[in-house]
Amino acid sequence: MKTKTSEPKAHPTDHKKSGNKSADKWILRLYIAGQTSKCQTAFINLTKICEEQLKGRYKIEIIDLLIDPKLSREHQILAIPTLVRKLPVPVRKIIGDLSNTERVLIGLDLKSRD
Amino acid sequence: MKKVSSRNGNPHLSKSPTGIQGLDEITSGGFPKGRTTLICGSAGCGKTLLAIEFLVRGAREFNEPGVFVAFEETNKELTENVISLGFDLEELARQKKIVVDHVHLERSEIEETGEYDLEGLFIRIGHAISTIGAKRVVLDTIESLFSGFSNPLILRAELRRLFRWLKEKGVTTVITGERGDGTLTRQGLEEYVSDCVIILDHRVTEQTSTRRIRVVKYRGSTHGTNEYPFLIDETGFSVIPITSVGLTYEAATGRIPSGVDDLDQMLGGKGYFVGSSILVSGTAGTGKSSLAAHFSESVCRRGEKVLYFSLEESPSQVIRNMGSIGISLAPAMKTGLLMFHAMRPTFCGLEMHLTTMHRMVEAFNPSVVIVDPINSFLTGNNELEAKSMSMRLIDYLKARKITALFTSLTTGGSQLERTDIFISSLIDTWILLRDIELGGERNRGIYILKSRGMAHSNQIREFLLTDHGIKLRDVYVGMEGVLTGSARQAQEAREREDSIKRSLEIDGRKNAILRKRQVMEARIAAIKAEFEAEEAESLKILATDQDKIDNIDKERAEMAKSRKAGFEPSLENKS
Repeated sequence: MKTKTSEPKAHPTDHKKSGNKSADKWILRLYIAGQTSKCQTAFINLTKICEEQLKGRYKIEIIDLLIDPKLSREHQILAIPTLVRKLPVPVRKIIGDLSNTERVLIGLDLKSRD
Repeated sequence: MKKVSSRNGNPHLSKSPTGIQGLDEITSGGFPKGRTTLICGSAGCGKTLLAIEFLVRGAREFNEPGVFVAFEETNKELTENVISLGFDLEELARQKKIVVDHVHLERSEIEETGEYDLEGLFIRIGHAISTIGAKRVVLDTIESLFSGFSNPLILRAELRRLFRWLKEKGVTTVITGERGDGTLTRQGLEEYVSDCVIILDHRVTEQTSTRRIRVVKYRGSTHGTNEYPFLIDETGFSVIPITSVGLTYEAATGRIPSGVDDLDQMLGGKGYFVGSSILVSGTAGTGKSSLAAHFSESVCRRGEKVLYFSLEESPSQVIRNMGSIGISLAPAMKTGLLMFHAMRPTFCGLEMHLTTMHRMVEAFNPSVVIVDPINSFLTGNNELEAKSMSMRLIDYLKARKITALFTSLTTGGSQLERTDIFISSLIDTWILLRDIELGGERNRGIYILKSRGMAHSNQIREFLLTDHGIKLRDVYVGMEGVLTGSARQAQEAREREDSIKRSLEIDGRKNAILRKRQVMEARIAAIKAEFEAEEAESLKILATDQDKIDNIDKERAEMAKSRKAGFEPSLENKS
């Protein structure tokens, strides 16, 4: 369920950092189970990272499994919170409250693994 | 969650029956209801199958829908794997009796970036439970989580929370775990599951595999503590507990002839007891199978059914061989009264054999079962298994009141009053066939070592295989020991001779006396004759003398007459 969608900025002007290729649209899904502190932390961290890295090119969908539990099965979700990069392909899965920014960037392919 | 068990264990912990033959018996009713049961074992020992059968039977037989959370196999794989066992998961899913949820885990696809929990899994399971009102949950195998997530601390905490949560939900949970090194499961799942732990094992000894099940722990309930063999076949799982029969069978009093009249005579005149177990043991070539064939043939002739397990010879070989001693089994086979089942003991494990036998007995419903020979199950050093298997077979047949005849080959050199398979104590009638070597030949002797509940003969008899079957002869028992065969015949001839000699002697004596008597009588006659002769002589002399006297008197009278003188006869002459 999309409960909250951040507004993509009008002008995708800024070309930040390394390997991210230009103007692709990013769709990120954050799976949560109620408004727990972990989920809130995750959302805050995610927004921050996106603002820094993908300003204007991303869309965050928040799915609360307590509201639609069958999606946990359909989308193969176990851990909460889970962040899924729907676009660009390939799909990536990141779990945890996203507090380790380094690992989030690696997980999102915004930074190469060394 | 509700807990009904009290200190003395009564009322009992409520159970969730598995519906699996034998397993409910050794767990006294099934898995603990509303609690978690751990099934562990090495790869390929049947963990998943047991778990799935628990669910399927629950859904089908006990109206308890179930959720199967598969961490390893996909729904499609799982469905395909169990369809051969008659479990149609898709159909059950359509009927909303079972939900199969495949949890896809791929470590490489997951990046961990901080704190998380497994609430998603809880939600999945919770959702599955609530959609069908599940009472049973299987997590197969939850250890896969450890390969999917890298933080064991979080995982362990979450697992503990998961099991507690499942208990609160009141569902009966089965989790499976791979056997670890020195521990029951690789990840030590047993520490989270304290209610019931079951170990499955798959051992190969002497190239034959046996699956075994053991209840390691069952809190709040009695359970069988032994290792019980089990089978997986086209009908699923089946455990054959030794204790399932117990010693409660009724003793029959009916009798069944052995097929050999002389043997019946030895067995109190009537033969075996119906439903008893008979062991015919002996060294090679002593006629064990012949005795078994005789029995089969006579039973079939009376219109009853015989199931003949031949473990060393093919049916046609048995029929041919028995034909040579005048026992014809072919007609009974044609009429369907006699069924042969030939199998190699090494073809499969003992348990498989036992189950095959069970199943055939169930299907054919014979009144007599023959196993020839039972000790061929003994291969290598599986004595214990072979013994327990034979014991269970005997128990089972007794419970069904089937008369069972087992033959057992005693190997040369070992003691005769001993069977390799150690079942002698379970046997009701034990017939021993033995070779008696004497005077350069080998003869067969038969005797009854024991026969419970009947006055049986204590004689050793000689046992002959003739063109018309088995014949028993009295052996010669005397000062020379036990003699058989030609030695017996020689002895008998000797005895005959002796007796002729004796009778001749008697005749001789009789004649002698007769002769003596004749001699005596002859003598008497001679004396008599002599006497008579003498007497006659004497009389003659006497008569002459009298004549003389008479003549003198006469002359005197005449003289006096002529003289005309008076005459007075003298007194002396008159007398």
